[in-house]
Amino acid sequence: MYRILKKRELAENVDEFVVEASEIAKKAEPGQFVIVRISKKGERIPLTIAEKDCDAGTITLMVQRVGKTTFHLSCLEEGHVITDVVGPLGKPTHLEKWGHVVCIGGGLGLAPVHHIAQGVKDAENRITTIMGFRREDLVFWEEKMKLISDRLIVTTNDGSYGMKGLVTDALQELIDSGEEINMVITAGPVPMMKAVAELTKKYRIPTVASLNPVMVDGTGMCGACRVTVNGEVKFACVDGPEFDAHKVEFDELINRLNMFKTLEGEALKEFQKKHCGCGKE
Amino acid sequence: MGKKEIRKEKIPVPERSARERIKDFKEVKLGYTPELAIEEAKRCIQCPTAPCVEGCPVRVPIPQFIELIAEGKFVDAARKIKEENVLPSICGRVCPQEDQCEKVCVVGKLGQPVNIGALEAFAGDYEAKVGVEKPKKAESTGKKVAVIGSGPGGITCAADLAKLGHSVTIFEALHEPGGVLIYGIPEFRLPNEIVYGELDVLKELGVEVKLNYVIGKTKVLEELRNEFDAVFIASGAGLPYMLNIEGLNLNGVYAANEFLTRVNLMGAYRFPDYDTPVFTGKRVAVIGGGNTAMDVARTAKRLNGVEEVYIIYRRSEKEMPARVEEIHHAQEEGVVFQTLTNPVKFLGENGWLKGIECVRMELSEPDESGRRRPIPIEGSNFVIDIDAAVLAIGQGPNPIVMEGVDGLDIGKWGQIVVDSETCKTSLEGVFAGGDVIHGGSTVIQAMGDARKAAAAIHEYLFEN
Ligand SMILES: Cc1cc2nc3c(=O)[nH]c(=O)nc-3n(C[C@H](O)[C@H](O)[C@H](O)COP(=O)(O)OP(=O)(O)OC[C@H]3O[C@@H](n4cnc5c(N)ncnc54)[C@H](O)[C@@H]3O)c2cc1C
Ligand SMILES: Cc1cc2nc3c(=O)[nH]c(=O)nc-3n(C[C@H](O)[C@H](O)[C@H](O)COP(=O)(O)OP(=O)(O)OC[C@H]3O[C@@H](n4cnc5c(N)ncnc54)[C@H](O)[C@@H]3O)c2cc1C
Ligand code: FES
Repeated sequence: MYRILKKRELAENVDEFVVEASEIAKKAEPGQFVIVRISKKGERIPLTIAEKDCDAGTITLMVQRVGKTTFHLSCLEEGHVITDVVGPLGKPTHLEKWGHVVCIGGGLGLAPVHHIAQGVKDAENRITTIMGFRREDLVFWEEKMKLISDRLIVTTNDGSYGMKGLVTDALQELIDSGEEINMVITAGPVPMMKAVAELTKKYRIPTVASLNPVMVDGTGMCGACRVTVNGEVKFACVDGPEFDAHKVEFDELINRLNMFKTLEGEALKEFQKKHCGCGKE
Repeated sequence: MGKKEIRKEKIPVPERSARERIKDFKEVKLGYTPELAIEEAKRCIQCPTAPCVEGCPVRVPIPQFIELIAEGKFVDAARKIKEENVLPSICGRVCPQEDQCEKVCVVGKLGQPVNIGALEAFAGDYEAKVGVEKPKKAESTGKKVAVIGSGPGGITCAADLAKLGHSVTIFEALHEPGGVLIYGIPEFRLPNEIVYGELDVLKELGVEVKLNYVIGKTKVLEELRNEFDAVFIASGAGLPYMLNIEGLNLNGVYAANEFLTRVNLMGAYRFPDYDTPVFTGKRVAVIGGGNTAMDVARTAKRLNGVEEVYIIYRRSEKEMPARVEEIHHAQEEGVVFQTLTNPVKFLGENGWLKGIECVRMELSEPDESGRRRPIPIEGSNFVIDIDAAVLAIGQGPNPIVMEGVDGLDIGKWGQIVVDSETCKTSLEGVFAGGDVIHGGSTVIQAMGDARKAAAAIHEYLFEN
């Protein structure tokens, strides 16, 4: 039984769930994800394991509401059960002692970044974390990330909190300061990851991106999650989700994420017709 | 019996007209009525040699069950089949009888063979309607067996071992049991209700099915070996082959597994009532000539908004590996066959599939192996306008189950290597069968392996 033990709203349209899943917690490593389905008629959607607690037998999920399933998920409350949770899926993050690692996350990317940063820290690296948000009221998990990071930089597009600008502006500043960066790990919206990759490529800083293509089974069975890396077709759910960011064809990924957009839009509209504005029944 | 004139043609199985059936996903065949079944059963001459039994990979006592049908003892007929095959309603529908039992049927030498498949399905369905007999279970042996995968291989092995008194747990990666029977083969050919019915037998036998459980991830094989006395791997062939041509990752290009999983397992044909979408546009091309290709084409034909469906196959219709019946059904339903045609590249516009460039093929003279190879005809390239393309060009064993495993012999195509008599792998106490040892095969082959493995596991458990 995948019971929701804790739920809170982190920011507008972002929820955090602590879910009972002891066997998954036991195995979960940084970089891995689960696939959940929340009703008998539901879709299977991938969500990163942002955190695990083996003793409590729980995993933490951070969900950004973007469509029908994520809005529906936000209707579930503490004590409710998620119909299906399977995992941990995907390859764990490759971790080693690099030296100074910069972890960069935005939006839904903070889920992978949080767990990965924990792993990077355990591998005895120094960590700078850069978190990007649009505005101050959308900022979340600052305290959580501060605990893991040696240095934390928060950016907002409008400058309402932290540094004004994008995560790449903060990264550029860091590079310009002359500080050595041995590794960059990034997760979040694809255009953000693409911008980070373009920047670090110029300075030849090794960079890993955690990709988020559309998935169905998450076990390499269907091929929905195809991405092109270094000219080769890869299945992100089993070969990734993390890849060498300098070799990923991000534009293709952006395009593929639109494959079901029109249909998904319809589904969300239908769903919201039947539910009040907050997404609740 | 011999005195009577034998009817040369099969009694046709009533089915819904193509025009009516392409509007929904309900079963195409309506099945025999008791009267028709008796009439067809009487075509069997009860020949003493019964080559049909030899032709059946699991040796169903065919003449005996057919005789019971002829006598109107339908439930007894089903139970007779179940002595060897626990899934009659399924096998009666999907087995390639034309290559097995019916191929060698003696009546077939005079005219059409006895319709063994339809009779098997009839008996299974009849028993299901009146109430299935509770399977008998031996006293508990205290031995524990893990089965990986809940397709026909896993189901059969689990049922056999549970009947022998062993405690069996099935681990299934997906959120529903049934394997290809649920996520692959569409409902119009094999209704889910029938698969669920047969899965109920497992419940009655006390088999535990753990869903959402990926061996290789949630647990690794080594852990199962420690926790159980034996392991049977029936994880199937869930790794789709991709056609490595330009434009593969354009929006609108699917592997058959994705397309079928979206529609069958996730219910995309009922979108938006069900959450999972499938995008097809108006014109769909299916690449391949096997059962999977036919299933995809016929599925596409039934989806809202689809106007034209093509099958693109590089050899001629005669070489198609699909069952003749399926080819026939697809043609009746208006699927356009482009045979002797091979895709060269996918053409796109702004990231979306718009067409497929193909080349015409011709068949060479037979080579030493007797096979006629297709060769492209130079300069014959042409374009078919399409909005979606589905690759049904085969699949291999999915390696995820082998993750973190040492010492398991794996063959050239990623298949698990086993001893053909016992289905034993190179790892002590680990057995394997079905598509994971053959690559893509058949339901009955998976069941045959599973029965062999169950017998060998039973023996193994008592040696240890
Ligand atoms: C490995 C992996 C890990 C992920 N981790 C998280 C996470 O921790 N937290 C989180 O909030 N989200 C995560 N995502 C994204 C999440 O799966 C999607 O947001 C979700 O599937 C959207 O479902 P929906 O029905 O609400 O929206 P839909 O209506 O299905 O989609 C709305 C829009 O979201 C985008 N989208 C659809 N499916 C996906 C997808 N699978 N991945 C990315 N974008 C998609 C599309 O652009 C689509 O138009 C992850 C994705 C992957 C592949
Ligand atoms: C579209 C299509 C149509 C077909 N039509 C026919 C037909 O008409 N007649 C016929 O005889 N055959 C047909 N076949 C072939 C037939 O379905 C297969 O040969 C048969 O299902 C193989 O059975 P199996 O038990 O070996 O594997 P499968 O049925 O593939 O079942 C394997 C199960 O194992 C699960 N699994 C995989 N890996 C793991 C893991 N690591 N941990 C846990 N679980 C795992 C899978 O999710 C799946 O449920 C068809 C196949 C397809 C795809
Ligand atoms: S999600 Fe199906 S193969 Fe990756």
